[in-house]
Amino acid sequence: MIEGAIWRRWVFFYIPLALFLIFLLFPFYWMLITTFRPDGELYRPWRAANYTPFWTWNPTLDHIKYLFRETMFATWLWNTMFIATASTIISLICGVLAGYALARLNFPFAGSLGTGIFITYLVPQTLLFIPLSEIIRNYKLGDTPWSLILTYPTFLIPFCTWLMMGYFKAVPKELEECARIDGASRWQAMLYIIIPVAIPGILSAGIFAFTLSWNEFIYALVFLSSPEQKTVPVGVVSELIRGDVFFWGPLMAGALLGSIPVAIAYSFFVEHYVSGLTGSVKG
Amino acid sequence: MAVAASTSTPQRVIVPKAKWRPLENERNLAWLLLLPTMVLLGLFIAYPFMRGLLLSVTDTRVGVPGEFVGLDNFRRLASDPIFHAVVWNTCWYTFVTTIFKLGLGLWLALLLNRSFRFKAFTRAFILLPFIIPTVLSTFAWKWMFDPTFSVLNWMLYQTGLIRGAINWLGDGDLAMLSIIIVNIWRGVPFFAISLLAGLQTISPDLNEAAAIDGARPWQRFWYITWPLLLPVTMVVMLFSVIQTFADFQIVYVMTGGGPANATHLFATYAYQLGVGTGLLSQGAAVSLAMFPILLLIVIIQLLYIRRVEVR
Repeated sequence: MIEGAIWRRWVFFYIPLALFLIFLLFPFYWMLITTFRPDGELYRPWRAANYTPFWTWNPTLDHIKYLFRETMFATWLWNTMFIATASTIISLICGVLAGYALARLNFPFAGSLGTGIFITYLVPQTLLFIPLSEIIRNYKLGDTPWSLILTYPTFLIPFCTWLMMGYFKAVPKELEECARIDGASRWQAMLYIIIPVAIPGILSAGIFAFTLSWNEFIYALVFLSSPEQKTVPVGVVSELIRGDVFFWGPLMAGALLGSIPVAIAYSFFVEHYVSGLTGSVKG
Repeated sequence: MAVAASTSTPQRVIVPKAKWRPLENERNLAWLLLLPTMVLLGLFIAYPFMRGLLLSVTDTRVGVPGEFVGLDNFRRLASDPIFHAVVWNTCWYTFVTTIFKLGLGLWLALLLNRSFRFKAFTRAFILLPFIIPTVLSTFAWKWMFDPTFSVLNWMLYQTGLIRGAINWLGDGDLAMLSIIIVNIWRGVPFFAISLLAGLQTISPDLNEAAAIDGARPWQRFWYITWPLLLPVTMVVMLFSVIQTFADFQIVYVMTGGGPANATHLFATYAYQLGVGTGLLSQGAAVSLAMFPILLLIVIIQLLYIRRVEVR
């Protein structure tokens, strides 16, 4: 693929790729190094002679200890995990069923319903958070995990439905017809024949939905108020900044530890994630 | 079942009675399967949208049920200098970041489309900015941009690019530049991976044939790769433009809209009005003001995508 002399290979390939990698990954390295850096080194102005940005010889676990002892970080992690898992499961169930109906059944308004779901896919959360916060309050859901478990599916279901439609359309009609001739009902054919074939799609939709709900911020910020109900992003923002004072060590430790679960989930399903990402775009 | 089996012949049992008749009708089954989705989307998208419209024509504040005031909120926005800045900021932010995300994302996709060692590994790592919760990674950037402890200043100083400190988030233009950089950083992986998937659907035969005919690499890109990639590019842009236009997290963490409202976007201004000061109806009006613009963007892009796909 790469043609020409070795210097061309370096100039047009290795160096640009390395620069991209540094640009994209440096903030994570910075998070990591800050987490283990003692406060004395952390708050050393960049003009100081002994400013050593890229390494520390005195690694410390103080920031992580602070996070678990002085804040409710463990609770936030648990909350985020619970909310992300529950809303992912709800969205997958809804998305798979709706995707099946829209892709494989003939009924009036199928086309316009599909378009409608696609349009809700494009509604950003920031458009609706104020009226939604009122509704959440009226339903007495405010400051409970359910306020998020029920609202996250609004941006997850359209995406799951859209992705699953693509997978279901690819399954040949004959497969279902065979099962029906053998005596299966429509429901059984869907449950035992079509859905198992679409498992890769379900995994893609699931991992994608999980990362999206782990990432969500504005609903969690507006709907939750007490520290023990918060998710990681909201907890880190509201409890580790006091007025103008940023607790950078614990903040970075929180950012790092709050990213790890989602990074692990992602690393197990990279291929599914990528196919979910690209599938959601191509539709 | 047991009763049915004992009173009729085996052949007649299996076929009709195993099925629950109403669900054999495609229409009934379809509505049943769509029901949970319709309920959730109706309750938490359609209904809030209506409530938002109603809210924006009242003068509701937190704890004070409002009265109908017509279009007063929108009239106030039309003469609100901060709102003017918000509209300009949002358009500029969206425009600049989209251009750079497309350019850099395409470049990265072309690099990744070659075969080299650790390709799968590289691709997995490159997506990290897109996976990691934006608020958390934006804090890392805020820390890197910190005026006193900035590692970026240190790097620029060491390489001789600057002589004095740069107060990244303290100056309006620099703060805008900072949030633009963070948004580009977060969005490039999405563009790169999606465009890479598009590139992989283009048959290498086409490029080889053109190469045999004497086309230079640049010509091959411009006359073969780019036109074939255009449909995917347009869809990726559609998603990115909407997300960027409605962005909240990066600005909220980096600047909170400041300094002096220089980086306020629709979402952060709506948040400040609606949640910060409790002027619910004005906040709702600001975020609803996004809707016509978003709708216009979606319609234009969908029409364009259709035209590209027909061609």
